[in-house]
Amino acid sequence: MTLKDATAIVGIGQTAFAKHLPESERALACRAVLAALDDAGIDPGEVDALASYTMEETDEVELAKAVGFGDLTYFSKVGFGGGGSCATVAHLAAAIAAGQATVGVAWRSRKRGSGPRPWTNTSVQLPTPAQWTRPFGLLRPADEIAMLARRYLHEYGATRDHLFNVALACRNRANRNPAAIMYDRPLTREMYMTARWISEPLCLYDNCLETDGALACVIVGRERARDCRRPPVYVHSAAQGLPAQHHGMVNYWNDDPLTGPAWAAARHLWKHADFTPSDVDVAQIYDAFTPLVPLSLEGYGFCGRGEGGAFTEGGALETGGRLPLNTGGGGLSEAYVHGFNLINEGVKQLRGTSTSQVPGAATCLVTAGEGVPTSALLLRN
Amino acid sequence: MLTPVPDADGAPFWEYAARGELRVQTCADCDEPRFPPRPCCPHCHSFASEWRATSGRGRIWSYVVPHPPLLPDYAAHAPYVVLLVELADAPRIRLVGNLVSEPGAALGSVPPDRVRIGARVQAVFGADGLPQWVLERP
Ligand SMILES: [Zn+2]
Repeated sequence: MTLKDATAIVGIGQTAFAKHLPESERALACRAVLAALDDAGIDPGEVDALASYTMEETDEVELAKAVGFGDLTYFSKVGFGGGGSCATVAHLAAAIAAGQATVGVAWRSRKRGSGPRPWTNTSVQLPTPAQWTRPFGLLRPADEIAMLARRYLHEYGATRDHLFNVALACRNRANRNPAAIMYDRPLTREMYMTARWISEPLCLYDNCLETDGALACVIVGRERARDCRRPPVYVHSAAQGLPAQHHGMVNYWNDDPLTGPAWAAARHLWKHADFTPSDVDVAQIYDAFTPLVPLSLEGYGFCGRGEGGAFTEGGALETGGRLPLNTGGGGLSEAYVHGFNLINEGVKQLRGTSTSQVPGAATCLVTAGEGVPTSALLLRN
Repeated sequence: MLTPVPDADGAPFWEYAARGELRVQTCADCDEPRFPPRPCCPHCHSFASEWRATSGRGRIWSYVVPHPPLLPDYAAHAPYVVLLVELADAPRIRLVGNLVSEPGAALGSVPPDRVRIGARVQAVFGADGLPQWVLERP
């Protein structure tokens, strides 16, 4: 048995994205799931499989009761925050391909815009590895990734202009996407270069948004997909990645901290694919922080080691460029819902309905959080 | 300020640090140092380990300079320098710590423009028992 094209995403749904939404995470989850099922033309009573992140606070029991699912025969949750996004789809694809279920829903609902920052909760006291970092004031995810970013810039001669190229590509796409939080907020190089620091070398615009919102998608087997309301977007290849001696966001203690989980996920992803990085028409690359993009471009094989910064030059990530990126605006400028918007945007591209449509897009890479145990999908239409 | 909440494997590091010693967990069978501490050796699978003294010398592998918003105790010192120091005695063992002007000095006591990757640093210990780092050539 192989996963290759055995299943397809046939429905996507999302709520509004905003700094503050009045409804609860549970209510937002229900809305996104119902929207995705409606998009697919599938009745909630047919759903028999669920997958989300371990950080998702709307549990399966509550969601199943609220929206009226049938009997569930498969449910799964994936750890490591944004590293779990693509794996939710991968778990459902595997379950459906193996006959454990027939209609799967993956979702993520999050009130990060109006809720407290996770890093301010010090009552969750310093487990490993936090005992080695937090007492010294390495407090936030931005601080942890900035440490790797500083070394990356130093070792390979990458520059803040390269990071700006990433931020700008996402912002330019968001400026075309009415659903994006940064729809009407252009970014300039001067704004970037004079922005306040968050954790040097990372400034305000190197960091993702704080967003309230929810998204979901529906996955079914290949045969069933042909009868759905929308054209199927096939799950061509899927992988998770937790490399040897990896240590999460503070991946400082293995031989080579600048090769993160992307490298491990990529090896499996491409091994099972009929195409290569040069055949990818559009990419949705997890962008909680701008440096994750050049690191991921290297990991997923779009360029050589140390070349991720230079890859961003000459409009490569813009529409019409070598690898149009995060076409809804990404976590940096559309919404930060632990990367689930990247999955749905990948589906939109392969349906031909993105607000920054890549003409004739037939293949899309979607990745989950880099810097944590991760996951990735190759989608095709 | 946040104080370390050690787990069982990490506790010896903090006990030695409180005595002014920078020690690293090392496999008692294959001599491979490892960090963070853990129950068994990923190389030879031995459960026997020792805490070996280091010279406390190292080089700056990377660093960051956090700015607010931060927890209030840390915001009061910002911007301050957080180092990642690669130990001279044990390459690839990299310890997070603060660069300070002298033992026991506050976070933020060295201006960020004095810091560069590759600079040599020496471990010192403040009154709170946390290892800190000073530049060998300030
Ligand atoms: Zn050993």
